[in-house]
Amino acid sequence: MNSIIIDDEATARAIISQLCTNITELTVLEEFPNAIQAIKYINQNDVDLIFLDIHMPDFTGFDFIDSLKNPPKIILTTSDSNFAIQAFEYDCIVDYLIKPVGLDRFMKAIEKAKSIKSAIKVKTASGKVETSSGNDLYVNIDRRLIKIDVTSIYLVEAKGDYIHVKTENKNYTVHSSLKKIEEKLPGNLFLKVHRSYIINVDKIIDIEDNSVLIKKDVIPVSRSKRPELMKRLNLL
Amino acid sequence: MEKPNLSYICSMSGGNKEFEQKLIQIIKNEFPTEKKKYLNYLKVGDYKRAAEKVHKIKHKISILGLAKSYRLTVNYENNLIDNKTVGQKDFEDVLQIITDFLETL
Repeated sequence: MNSIIIDDEATARAIISQLCTNITELTVLEEFPNAIQAIKYINQNDVDLIFLDIHMPDFTGFDFIDSLKNPPKIILTTSDSNFAIQAFEYDCIVDYLIKPVGLDRFMKAIEKAKSIKSAIKVKTASGKVETSSGNDLYVNIDRRLIKIDVTSIYLVEAKGDYIHVKTENKNYTVHSSLKKIEEKLPGNLFLKVHRSYIINVDKIIDIEDNSVLIKKDVIPVSRSKRPELMKRLNLL
Repeated sequence: MEKPNLSYICSMSGGNKEFEQKLIQIIKNEFPTEKKKYLNYLKVGDYKRAAEKVHKIKHKISILGLAKSYRLTVNYENNLIDNKTVGQKDFEDVLQIITDFLETL
């Protein structure tokens, strides 16, 4: 598991980093003294687990989680037990460690994170669009859950109460909304460029004025979304 | 008054002396800055930010095994959040104890 540590206190970062050395399958990629620096890193790197402090000036741990479209698993590390209930309202939060963290308690949290990593999460209540761990997305079509490789999706189009999911090999029509599927798609790969379209940024062929060519589809780009799209491109 | 100790640091280091020294050095560098900022915020009456610094210092109090001091610090932090300075003297005594202890390391 690739992990990062976010804590404005150097002492806390050093302790978590040292505790991580006890887990062979855990790699600490980076440490950050504030969450804003970490957001950029997460958008560009595969991170499986974040050790996150709550109390940080200006941008708290919860602000950080709220800013992520698809947060990885998170273990909160804090000196404050008052946020435990709030913490577990987030699906991505695996555990809540009170500082100073002891080795035994740390190991338990890692075990939890590992077990969640291997589990397939299926939310049946709302669920026309479901996710599993990794790059798969399950869509509910005629009472069957059909697995789609997320990276093969190049376009999602809203059509009334349905969405068209277009992939390299096949297209699917699913009774769901753009909002729901947007929540399930990795934010580093997909972008909603118009109220009716989500595109896979990696599949863009070219961009002209207020439209993008993606495969054979010309997709409109809202004026408000254009700056975000341009920011995501590796411009020469 | 209770005395600081290195029990926690030794227990979590797994006997890694190099790490123990590294962590002590980090605390020695970080603690005076936090203390100074706390005192400055208090001086200008910014109790909210002073409470944030107390919160960070609280972790070090706990690392150094000061259980009673930790409890009084929790109360003081809450008082500062409520714009009150009740417990200031006791907390600043703890700061001095830590300052003196870190000088011996």
